[in-house]
Amino acid sequence: MDHWRQPRRLLLALVIALIVVFLVFPILVVIPMGFTSSESLSFPPRGFSTRWYERLITEPNWRRSLLNSLRVAFGTVVTSLAVGVPLALGLMRGRFPGQRLLAAFVITPLVMPTVIVAIGVFYTWSLGWAIGPIRFGSKLTGSALGLILAHTALAIPMVVVLCTASLRTVDRTFELAAAGLGANPWNTFWTITFPLMLPGIAGAAVFAFLTSWDEALVSLFLTNANFPTFPVRMFLQVREAVDPSVAAAATVFIALTTALFTFALLFRARGLAH
Amino acid sequence: MTRRSAITEDHIRVADQRTRTAGETLGLEMVGVQKLYGEVAAVQHVDLEVRTGEFLTLLGPSGSGKTTSLRMVAGFTRPTTGTIRIAGEDMTLTPPHKRDVGMVFQNYALFPHMTIRENIAYPLRMRKVPRAEQKKLVDEALALVQMDALGDRAPRQLSGGQQQRAALARAIVYRPRILLMDEPLGALDKKLREALQLEIRHLHQTLRMTVIYVTHDQEEALVLSDRIALFNGGRIVQLGAPTELYQRPASVFVAGFIGDSNVFRGRLTTSDGRWWLTSDKFRLPAPVPRDTTLSEESSAAIVVRLEDIDLETESEAGAEEGIAGRIREVIYMGAYVKYELDTAAGSVLARRDLSHSTRLFNTGEAVRVRWLNDRALLVPD
Repeated sequence: MDHWRQPRRLLLALVIALIVVFLVFPILVVIPMGFTSSESLSFPPRGFSTRWYERLITEPNWRRSLLNSLRVAFGTVVTSLAVGVPLALGLMRGRFPGQRLLAAFVITPLVMPTVIVAIGVFYTWSLGWAIGPIRFGSKLTGSALGLILAHTALAIPMVVVLCTASLRTVDRTFELAAAGLGANPWNTFWTITFPLMLPGIAGAAVFAFLTSWDEALVSLFLTNANFPTFPVRMFLQVREAVDPSVAAAATVFIALTTALFTFALLFRARGLAH
Repeated sequence: MTRRSAITEDHIRVADQRTRTAGETLGLEMVGVQKLYGEVAAVQHVDLEVRTGEFLTLLGPSGSGKTTSLRMVAGFTRPTTGTIRIAGEDMTLTPPHKRDVGMVFQNYALFPHMTIRENIAYPLRMRKVPRAEQKKLVDEALALVQMDALGDRAPRQLSGGQQQRAALARAIVYRPRILLMDEPLGALDKKLREALQLEIRHLHQTLRMTVIYVTHDQEEALVLSDRIALFNGGRIVQLGAPTELYQRPASVFVAGFIGDSNVFRGRLTTSDGRWWLTSDKFRLPAPVPRDTTLSEESSAAIVVRLEDIDLETESEAGAEEGIAGRIREVIYMGAYVKYELDTAAGSVLARRDLSHSTRLFNTGEAVRVRWLNDRALLVPD
């Protein structure tokens, strides 16, 4: 058996090596570049210093964008869960006309080109629209709320998909048992369904956070000089002058994303072992 | 504990009699209940009255409507038509959490993220029972199912039997008006099942709760029930005490479902003032029909329990008596022997308890198959 396995293993190793060289290496290469002591971005880095990291915190533009991004990301987590979890519950446990249509509608941001979303949201947010007395939008560009709403729309498909998946693992009998034991629907949700689907919700929260955190395109349309997010700031910085603070920013970016993904995976593994 | 429960039992019995004389409220009433799924009727038509404190079993093959009926009592399913009253109150459209019933599921349904104690305290928590009272009641319930030491375990750390005991404790800790049990022992092995059957019986005798119990196991139904409602095709085909169903089945289906029996199908005839069951293969003496729907020429069946079949060697018996047969198979079961015979009236099963005097027959032996006419049951077919 090993006779035919050997060449296949070699091939596999080669493919992995190519992936590392062409895909992972360019990403990882920015990490040492951020620790350079020189004024310009170069590889290999010269010297060692953490001054570019300090700069991210001390330089007002960087600091502001970092805080903006965190604010928007947390806001997105809260709103997308507040909308997505009940939506998932309704789609999984409820029975109402138009259920399938709603399920399909919820997924659309996933297949919609982000540029289209960006343009649509940009026009609505800056010009607004009105149907009779109901007015919506305008003056929402360059604000945290505008960005949170846009990012929520992008995050909801993943939140709903992850929550319905975890609801599928929650045996309906537990909910019936709770109702039979005297729990009203509200209590049934908070004491039974919610704790049992918590791994799924945690995963959904991480994905919602990441959706907002590394979203650049829609943000580029909706942010302005007063309210840049971290990725937008990086983009602008690279266009203006390539200094090593971008590499430091990228490293922070990668670190946070990786940490959250790892957390989500570990939590999921624990949830499954439960 | 036995002493205390004996006293409680007496108290309750007295109280029971008092309410009964004052005009009995029924534990459960189902009036003209029907459940349709599209065109298909899961429950055709059920009328049922269950006395307070009674142990009633819904027995039947799968798909006969027994579980759907139970779910309608619990409130998990709404009947298409009909009324359900619990302790005299119309509950037909009441959501489950307002019905005050207890439910035990086949798969236990213990909440996996809570300990056994937390599980049992759950219905009390939902009823906002004070903490100290909760603890006392949970302790009592744990003791009642002999699980005192296991309260702090997680459900998954317990065996199936222990989990079902815990689920039982959870369902009775708040003394619901009715205890509903949906094949609670279905997932357990035979030994454990029998032990738990006795425990459930004792628990019922101690607490005098109204219990509705669903099973497809006729033996379990016979052991546990005050009365059995036998379901078939979405209807109750016979309702009565276990002895009634066993000794006086109303139809071939009932006779076949409860206890093992031989069924001979034919047509009723009379000659010389005696009744006979006749077919093109045999003519068997029939008991005098008691069922008013039976008369001459109606199709009927004679049902004979396995233990009521007598076997004699060809030489001992007169040639006119019984039917001729040949032993096809001898199955030794320890306390008794089961014979399978080929006869003119088809395949016949017989069961003989073993004692020293019992003569064993061999495969291939020719015998006469007989039974006492008053041990045979005549049912419409």
